[in-house]
Amino acid sequence: MARSALLGSSLAKKYWMALTGLFLCIFLIAHLAGNLQLLDMSPDGQLKFNAYAKFMTTFPLVKVVSYLLYASILFHAFDGILLALQNRKARPVRYHYEKAGANSTWYSRQMALLGTLVLVFLVIHMKGFWYEMHWGDLGLDADGNKDLYTLVAAAFSQPWYVAIYVVSMAVLAFHLLHGFASAFQSLGLNHPRYTPLIKNVGVFFAVVVPVFFALIPVWMFINA
Amino acid sequence: MGTMKLTLKIWRQSGPNDKGKMVSYPVNDVSEDMSFLEMLDVLNDELVRNGDDPIAFDHDCREGICGSCSLFINGEAHGPGRGITTCQLHMRKFKDGDVIQVEPWRAGAFPVVKDLVVDRSAFDRIQAAGGFVSVNTSGNLVDGNAIPIPKNDADSAFDAATCIGCGACVATCTNSSAMLFVAAKVSQFALLPQGRPEARKRVLAMVEQMDKEGFGNCSNTGACEVECPKGISLEHIARMNREYVAASVTKDR
Ligand code: HEM
Ligand code: SF4
Ligand code: FES
Repeated sequence: MARSALLGSSLAKKYWMALTGLFLCIFLIAHLAGNLQLLDMSPDGQLKFNAYAKFMTTFPLVKVVSYLLYASILFHAFDGILLALQNRKARPVRYHYEKAGANSTWYSRQMALLGTLVLVFLVIHMKGFWYEMHWGDLGLDADGNKDLYTLVAAAFSQPWYVAIYVVSMAVLAFHLLHGFASAFQSLGLNHPRYTPLIKNVGVFFAVVVPVFFALIPVWMFINA
Repeated sequence: MGTMKLTLKIWRQSGPNDKGKMVSYPVNDVSEDMSFLEMLDVLNDELVRNGDDPIAFDHDCREGICGSCSLFINGEAHGPGRGITTCQLHMRKFKDGDVIQVEPWRAGAFPVVKDLVVDRSAFDRIQAAGGFVSVNTSGNLVDGNAIPIPKNDADSAFDAATCIGCGACVATCTNSSAMLFVAAKVSQFALLPQGRPEARKRVLAMVEQMDKEGFGNCSNTGACEVECPKGISLEHIARMNREYVAASVTKDR
């Protein structure tokens, strides 16, 4: 019963959703910080980025964290889709007319759709760069590191590829616009003194992080 | 001023197994001083006079305290307006010529009995699972006021206790989640010393029953708090989330 309560119940599913979601938020900050290096498109910047990519794929501690990350994404997606399926089943007959906008935001009601779109993006994104970095046939740069930079620059010289990234970041922004503050509520962290602050930080995070992520492909496209 | 002519589109369903459909009814001479339920009474009166089956809907106190009345009116639980039940909704909220959609609460856990009446006994079973304190009533009752309780906690517990169990939270929630109701029932005891001895058992049992009844999960959309006639706060849901995790990791078995 103790086991099932912390694994199977509706509330438990939400704790895991919130914990994995917040962990992914922390990851986003680290991932963004590293990848902003791509904005430096000088030959020196390219070498630095490739060296950084090598570090990120070989340093043991980073590897351990990255496995935790893969597990979190898979669990978050699996748990989220499970929750959404249960939620659909809970209302077998739907309303003829619903004025849902009167009491909640559309993105808070569409977390599963937004999340699924993020998942589709992640598949494209990981196939494009992560898979290629690990198992692809990349050339070497002047320092003898795998030349991920050139691959990224080539990808972002195509308008449709840039467009996928920009749209996906908009989707992520809406996921986070509800998700960030929602995670605190799921964990029971609601307090009249701190909740307004959490909500404001959430809006800031949900806007700033995706905007900077989207800036990278746009910048590389313009300066190609 | 004067009277209004309205078109009502009402869900009609002869019984639990009937498929049901929306049916249009014109209503004339509606006074803006009528409550929504009085307007339905007028329509039913006419239906009965014409030998038709009157529309079944739940109601009792008609003053916003019993939680019997329901109705999803123009896409919102208890209709437009905040902090009111359907029996407290007045026709002055509508205007001449309006088309008003009236549907029953929609949730798998609230099956339709007839027309606009749904079976909300799932709430009773959640209450029976733990929404009480076991008080010894055999003559040695302790004066509740003898136990000091911080004013804020007493107020907050009282706020939670104002939940009338109407089910608007479930009806409104895109997931048909009963979290606001259950959280109110958990909080009203969790905040008081009298409720602490059974707190862990209570929250686990009530959440377990809530899940068994087939209510959806909470996505924190906040729709319930907006539509709740008693303004029950999401803070109570957060409290239940805390109580639940603490109970899960500290309970004996
Ligand atoms: C970088 C990627 C992602 C981040 C940072 C993220 C973050 C979050 C956060 C913080 C929450 C709030 C948790 C809560 O309400 O307690 C959330 C909810 C959710 N996420 Fe994600 N998420 C990501 C990707 C995904 C993916 C790939 C899916 C795939 C389906 C997904 C599906 C969901 C769903 C369905 C919810 C709402 C659960 C509910 O309230 O019922 N997310 N996400
Ligand atoms: S929490 Fe509000 S909406 Fe839900 S049952 Fe109680 S009074 Fe009704
Ligand atoms: S009839 Fe009692 S609350 Fe509406």
